[in-house]
Amino acid sequence: MASSAQAAVPLKLTGRSGGQRGLWAGQDETISQASVALRIPRTVLALLGGAALGLAGTVMQGVTRNPLADPGILGVNTGAALAVVIGIAWFNMSSTQAFVWAAIAGAGGAAILVYTIGSLGRGGATPLKLALAGAATSIAFSSLVTAVVLPRNDIAGGVRSWQIGGVGGADFERILAVLPFLVVGFVISLLSAKKLNSLALGDDMAAGLGERVATIRAVAAFGAILLCGATTAACGPIGFVGLVVPHLCRLLLGSDYRWLLPFSALGGASLLVLADTVGRVVARPGELDVGIITALVGAPFFIWVVRRQRIREL
Amino acid sequence: MLATPPFSLAASRRLRMAKRAQVTAALLALLLALLVLTLTLGQSFTPPSDVLRVLLGEDVAGASFAVGQLRLPRGVLAVLSGLSFGMAGAAFQIMLRNPLASPDIIGISSGASAAAVFAIVVLSLKGTAVSLFAIGAGLSVALLVYGLSFRNGVAGTRLILVGIGVSAMLESMVAYVLTQAPEWSLQEALRWLSGSLNGVQLAQAVPLLAALALFGGLLLMRSRDLDLLRLGDDTAAALGVRVSQTRVLVIVAAVGLIATATAVTGPIAFVAFLSGPIAARVVGPRQSLLIPAALVGAVLVLGADYAGQFLLPGRYPVGVITGALGAPYLIYLIVRANRAGGTL
Repeated sequence: MASSAQAAVPLKLTGRSGGQRGLWAGQDETISQASVALRIPRTVLALLGGAALGLAGTVMQGVTRNPLADPGILGVNTGAALAVVIGIAWFNMSSTQAFVWAAIAGAGGAAILVYTIGSLGRGGATPLKLALAGAATSIAFSSLVTAVVLPRNDIAGGVRSWQIGGVGGADFERILAVLPFLVVGFVISLLSAKKLNSLALGDDMAAGLGERVATIRAVAAFGAILLCGATTAACGPIGFVGLVVPHLCRLLLGSDYRWLLPFSALGGASLLVLADTVGRVVARPGELDVGIITALVGAPFFIWVVRRQRIREL
Repeated sequence: MLATPPFSLAASRRLRMAKRAQVTAALLALLLALLVLTLTLGQSFTPPSDVLRVLLGEDVAGASFAVGQLRLPRGVLAVLSGLSFGMAGAAFQIMLRNPLASPDIIGISSGASAAAVFAIVVLSLKGTAVSLFAIGAGLSVALLVYGLSFRNGVAGTRLILVGIGVSAMLESMVAYVLTQAPEWSLQEALRWLSGSLNGVQLAQAVPLLAALALFGGLLLMRSRDLDLLRLGDDTAAALGVRVSQTRVLVIVAAVGLIATATAVTGPIAFVAFLSGPIAARVVGPRQSLLIPAALVGAVLVLGADYAGQFLLPGRYPVGVITGALGAPYLIYLIVRANRAGGTL
């Protein structure tokens, strides 16, 4: 990590210091300027990725009506990572654009697989079945990521970044490449708020209100998959943001998706930037990938959700 | 049913016992055959006679290093860790009456792994100290998961979900400790994340043997009580089993086995989870599963390690192979439970 030593330089980002003004003018002469120059893209990526994951988590919880639905727990992010790794290893993909397409395909495939496995038979997709199917799929995909990358010495250095997500190596080129996908995903997800409110009443009630339940599910899930896939293509798999944020927002705002969706994007962005900053600071002189921090914070939260009286359907 | 003569109960029991003995013998034979295969056939073929001479301590040109230094430690540790994982996994599954309640799903393996890697990287401990540290951590995690999922008794669902959460957290701790290591080595990382037998030494077999003798012996002594627990706590108590005492003993012994093995090889993915159900399938119902499950575990680890080394293009650590094998089985379990309409 070339950036690690610099990343630990304490600097007030909000301070109107001379170094910062110089930076916006394109200077990077002092260490302070150089380190801020490194921090800007990763912060932008953390904001975007966090917003995308928070929003995607809320949409998935709404679509599956399952309080444990999270792109990480359901294995969607690992599926995206696997698709990218296969693309790199077998099809010589190298552009970020190609990564994004592969990641979205992988995320979609994983989401459909996990949901199908979890909802086969009577009883439908209960929280436990979905969480287990997701956990199993995640483990299988992680094994496969390792299996695909391990024999290839030329790309083996990248295994880690496809197993533990982080925003450390961000640059604006990569961000711009995923931006269009994120924008489309944001728009679809935010527009589905009203429909998700209907779904929350139950499938029968929603159908009675004249909603086409299957179409709503498909469209909203597509938005969430775009968000997850694009984020994973840029950051690698980051878990638990999509679990923590919707629950916190629901505690604060109630269950109206018109409020929940924008605020979970906001909350996700704040959470990921915070987690990234903590990760940069606590492990000096190295730094912690943000995926480690979110798991450390998110897993106890997951347990808290499980422990509540009983896991009720959303 | 009415027409069956009264002695058929005893007869069918004898039949089942005989079948179990046969299956156990067959598993043992399979394990031995695999062991012979791993010792004789690696990158090059070593005749069995040479292998035997190496084992007897003779110096054989060209074979002493390959067999004595590489294949033998690997094979021995694969067998010992497989026995430990298999037996402990089955013990947990029987005790909690749920195939999903295996130590590698509810976070005990990841706890032992996190402790072991912490002890090695941060505290610079070695050998037995690492094992003891891992056992302590494994027990604490077992207690933690049990405590966290306790609410008017432990419901299976809650236990498993809490375990999934705990293991996610512990795995990220493993990743954290590994970033603190002086240098990120992919092979080491894979050992502590998914389990590997690369670079093991014969000396590492000592704590495993001790754990198998102590904890394995304890489990086998309690195997009758453990089997009765399958009938439910109340029935078992009525049949004279001291339920809580048995439970505590079984947890301690099974965690001891898991943690000692994990401290050497890392948490070899899904071996504990797979061994019990496979053993149950080959042995048949209503039988003590501990010994067959242990043998199945050893066969799995040895076979997967051999496959990862020689049968596939490229060399993979054993945990990657068992992880790829175990996940479809977990999915199958979920699907089957769905079909049956059972509560998972």
